[in-house]
Amino acid sequence: MSVVLKAPLVVEFPFTRSLGPVQSAFLTGLRERVILGVRTRDGRVLVPPVEYDPVTAEELGDLVEVAPTGTVTTWAWNPAPRRGQPLTTPFAWVLVRLDGADTALLHALDAPGPAAVHTGMRVRIRWAGERTGAITDIACFEPYDGHRAEPTGHTGEFEDPVTGIVAAARLDYTYSPGRAQTAYINALSGRRTMGERCPSCRKVYVPPRGACPTCGVATSEQVEVGPRGTVTTFCIVNIKAKNLDIEVPYVYAHIALDGAGLALHGRIGGIPYDEVRMGLRVEPVWTEDARYPDHYRPTGEPDADYDTYKELL
Amino acid sequence: MSKEPVAVVGIGQSRHVAARRDVSLAGLVREAALRALQDAELTWADIDAVVIGKAPDFFEGVMMPELYLADALGAVGKPMLRVHTAGSVGGSTALVAANLVAARVHGTVLTLAFEKQSESNAMWGLSLPIPFQQPLLAGAGGFFAPHIRAYMRRSGAPETIGALVAYKDRRNALKNPYAHLHEHDITLDKVMASPMLWDPVRYSETCPSSDGACAMILTDRAGAARAPRPPAWMLGGAMRSEPTLFAGKDFVSPQAGQDCAADVYRQAGITDPRREIDGAEIYVPFSWYEPMWLENLGFAGEGEGWKLTEAGVTELDGDLPVNMSGGVLSTNPIGASGMIRFAEAALQVRGQAGEHQVDGARRVLGHAYGGGSQFFSMWLVGDRPPDS
Repeated sequence: MSVVLKAPLVVEFPFTRSLGPVQSAFLTGLRERVILGVRTRDGRVLVPPVEYDPVTAEELGDLVEVAPTGTVTTWAWNPAPRRGQPLTTPFAWVLVRLDGADTALLHALDAPGPAAVHTGMRVRIRWAGERTGAITDIACFEPYDGHRAEPTGHTGEFEDPVTGIVAAARLDYTYSPGRAQTAYINALSGRRTMGERCPSCRKVYVPPRGACPTCGVATSEQVEVGPRGTVTTFCIVNIKAKNLDIEVPYVYAHIALDGAGLALHGRIGGIPYDEVRMGLRVEPVWTEDARYPDHYRPTGEPDADYDTYKELL
Repeated sequence: MSKEPVAVVGIGQSRHVAARRDVSLAGLVREAALRALQDAELTWADIDAVVIGKAPDFFEGVMMPELYLADALGAVGKPMLRVHTAGSVGGSTALVAANLVAARVHGTVLTLAFEKQSESNAMWGLSLPIPFQQPLLAGAGGFFAPHIRAYMRRSGAPETIGALVAYKDRRNALKNPYAHLHEHDITLDKVMASPMLWDPVRYSETCPSSDGACAMILTDRAGAARAPRPPAWMLGGAMRSEPTLFAGKDFVSPQAGQDCAADVYRQAGITDPRREIDGAEIYVPFSWYEPMWLENLGFAGEGEGWKLTEAGVTELDGDLPVNMSGGVLSTNPIGASGMIRFAEAALQVRGQAGEHQVDGARRVLGHAYGGGSQFFSMWLVGDRPPDS
């Protein structure tokens, strides 16, 4: 059996976040080196602040400043920092209860090693040089044996508050199409289209998935289909997609290759887009070094009768 | 033991718009939940459990947002669960909540669905660059347009039907203060003249991208008896699924949709939906899905759905009004869209739909679908309890 294909798949997007009033004040405060919590009706001060009381569900908005010094309530050593983490050298993840707060904030502690970290140790904020209104405005925490710092008495009102942030997210996957699609992709390199026949309903799946979704049984019998086929339905795409290098308008079609039990999708070329029709007989057009046919073009055969493909739309 | 009857006693929506930059996700869901509580004249303490739904996490990039939204929804110390069935999720979320009441697991349940489309890009979220696959298409419009063409071929419908649906739904939206699109100068000519995006789908025949949330309070008979306003009663509810693609799949009228509707009608004792149902809120993200779903839902025979649209039967003052609220074509916070259909159906039988109220609506269908026409969820609500 041939080796199953694998490839990296990176999913990355700059998501935006509207902050709402409480997070807006908190992040704007960090920009100004002021740490704000929120006071609940029973007098607790929550840092980082939340919009709704976790106990009573009440809306919260009574902002209160706390000190940039605090106490580690628990920690974990991170020996191998990864991309995007607060420090590039080994550090401790810490929960810090800032002086004046009743809850703890998660951040990084810059310490020489795990022996230098303990629950109950005193720490203070090390501010980032450039601050934009983000949690990274706190570069990290650092050990501190001085006096408790006093708040500045800030009200939580700021000029030019931060109302939104961009939260870039990235996920790194290793994608594998699996055994059946690997065989399909490998056959395409010889310009052959291979499907798999379901042993139960006898339908030929192209591309194959290794199992029949209707019968729920594994498929393995290899069946070559095409190369010709019938356009069963289509649309004319008039808007250009960002990551797609295809000139518009183009025809995106469902094509039932001869012998296939369902249609696959492809682009139609070699004919004006407004002359493409259901029932058009087509064949693949290959280009050098491409995994898939570049497009399908008319064969010149008479159109297929609707009844021959109406189950394959 | 028979099931507990389920009543809708509170409904709340945010005012749906393109971007709610003034609120966080928490602030958005809170708004809908508070309005539902106010409608029911209940407080957080009266809620026994919370059932929440939204479309894929990639749409905002917050993984498992229900965890962080527990505070905003008063769910701390209570059961909270998330439902996940793509675009149909708003409907299936309501049904999961309803089943908790019907099974007497909980007396009163808050159910809520939301989407804040402005925080991301759904077209991107639906078109990830999967290795070894040929990129051909972006977004949902290109996916659904060929199926619409197949319907047109199969039914012989005139090309104008889609525009008629869009024109109707956008006019209905003018009567709904919560709708996203309020196109006061809409005309049929303007719809017809709008650009073809994915021929046969025109720009004006597609749904907008919205930020919004919708919430409902569902309760049992005892809860309904205490309700300050008339409840809506669930007469039937069902969900069905099928694969996205399989040999023999009928994209024009999927089997799962037909089966789901048949199950709802059986539960409700409906034998002639066209005559016995007074209106429907149907998930129509592209105009042509109105006639397609009219057939799939049994309101018209195969190939006949467009005739109802053409004859004005589905207009607000027609014999079978469809999407009185303006529908998905006027408001589409994806995850919430199904629940808005369910809630709007309930508003109608409660007599509380305001300017888009259908006089004397006694039984109204709420419908949602999602994925590649693979998830279906529906309920039928009435102005009287079942078996009364």
